[in-house]
Amino acid sequence: MLKKISNIGDCGITCDFGDEVNKNTNKEVIKLFNFIQDSVNRRKIKGILNYTPSYNKLIINFELGQIKSNQIIEFIKSNDYSKINLPENTKTVEIPICYDEEFALDIKRLEEKTKLNFKEIVSKHLETNFFVYMIGFVPGQPFLGDLNKNLYHDRLDTPRIRINKGSVGIVEKFCTIYTFESPGGWNIIGRTPFELFNINKTNTSILSPGDTVKFKSISKKEFTLFKNE
Amino acid sequence: MNNYFKVLRPGINSTFQDLGRFGLQHLGIVASGSMDQLSFCNSNKLVGNKISEGALEFAYQGPLLEMNGENALVAVSGKVNFNLIKKNSEIIKGKSNESFQISNGDKIDILSTINSVYGYFSIFGGFKIEEVKGSVSTLVKAKIGPNNGNKLKIDDKIFFKKSHQTNKSKKIEFDFDKDNTIRVMQGLQVHYFSKKSQDDFFSKEYKVTKLTDRMGMRLEGVKLENIVNKNIKSEGITKGSIQVPGDGQPIILLSDHPTIGGYPKIANVITADYDKLVQKTPGTTIKFKLVNLAVAENAFQDYVRKF
Repeated sequence: MLKKISNIGDCGITCDFGDEVNKNTNKEVIKLFNFIQDSVNRRKIKGILNYTPSYNKLIINFELGQIKSNQIIEFIKSNDYSKINLPENTKTVEIPICYDEEFALDIKRLEEKTKLNFKEIVSKHLETNFFVYMIGFVPGQPFLGDLNKNLYHDRLDTPRIRINKGSVGIVEKFCTIYTFESPGGWNIIGRTPFELFNINKTNTSILSPGDTVKFKSISKKEFTLFKNE
Repeated sequence: MNNYFKVLRPGINSTFQDLGRFGLQHLGIVASGSMDQLSFCNSNKLVGNKISEGALEFAYQGPLLEMNGENALVAVSGKVNFNLIKKNSEIIKGKSNESFQISNGDKIDILSTINSVYGYFSIFGGFKIEEVKGSVSTLVKAKIGPNNGNKLKIDDKIFFKKSHQTNKSKKIEFDFDKDNTIRVMQGLQVHYFSKKSQDDFFSKEYKVTKLTDRMGMRLEGVKLENIVNKNIKSEGITKGSIQVPGDGQPIILLSDHPTIGGYPKIANVITADYDKLVQKTPGTTIKFKLVNLAVAENAFQDYVRKF
């Protein structure tokens, strides 16, 4: 449920759905996100520049010369968007992952913490249907959940300075895929050769908030072949 | 005949920018766009372009460019020390915020911004640069934008559209606001900070540090005490948000900010004061003044009148 709408400066509002981070809360966020995106596309509301869903909030940014926050708040409140049936545009995407030891940098650390062996960790990771909570920080980077409870672990105490593009990491109940080489503190368990983000393609980001991700294990040889395709 | 500038020196951080790339933040793509939007628009007005036409933004030291092609009307906006070096080696001191003619073989040497950070270079008719998702803004970190998302490099060629113009030179009276007070509204997590820290933040001076770029401006001053939680659940970020990480020193998130983030935010810079803020050089001490939405919206009305 939408609990509260507040201003963020003079050209943003945040729609707060409560403190819980779970799929049900996030699905509510994405419902409002879809409604706003649809309203913008169909020109039912003007001046909206960006709409950014996260676990439990939707942030809407607007052009102050075009519209004011009270008009957007009024627009949201006057539409019972939860009842509007938008076309179900979420999809399931299969993402290849190679768990080779060259890529699974933190397997030892995870084995110690979870008391599971490498094989068990991999199978628990593979059996999960991951939900795309949000995309961002950098372009195309998905935040997926929920991980099997037995795999929960904290961030690294000292983040790595460089994590390769395509690395798959886990922290607490979340899983992410690094779409750019960047620093990071997640536990790295494998790497995908699959390109999730390409600005030059019409479909810039393969994943959208609300999608489902299922990982598929591939060998190092398949990883290399995939890369060269 | 091809019309282009050859980059003889790229400058520190010279990128193409416009008003920004919108509607993609939910995919992790920040709007970017010119840091100082008024100076950017002025550069276009000076040469008779529509104000949203892409221009070349530079920071501190700008590029040295050699022109090849037909005569053209160009302008440098902001407060910039630059020279026009004629083909015969005659050096003419440049005047910012006043457009001028440039001919084949002339060079423009943008030496430095004066007591400010950003300046803009534009040409009548615009540069021949490729739009990416509806904008020519450059996000270097993710390699998004014209010039393959890169800053200018030495030997790059910047093509411009054929102008065939006879536009007259134009001048805009312009100076930066020297006042160092930045108006802000309360941030979403202002109550994460002790009462004393809130009072400190909205009254004491903070110094702009060298760790400042298009992504953010790190400040140094009285440490802010977080009494709730040093992290929040990651949430979408708005340009001008002031976040406070664990070390208690605020960071103002600027035009190339990450799209989501997990630090509490104490305040947000109002739209009317953003351009003024980004032009503050490292070492400058700034002060924040707390205002409400009505004041911010009125200030915006005054701000847009300058365009």
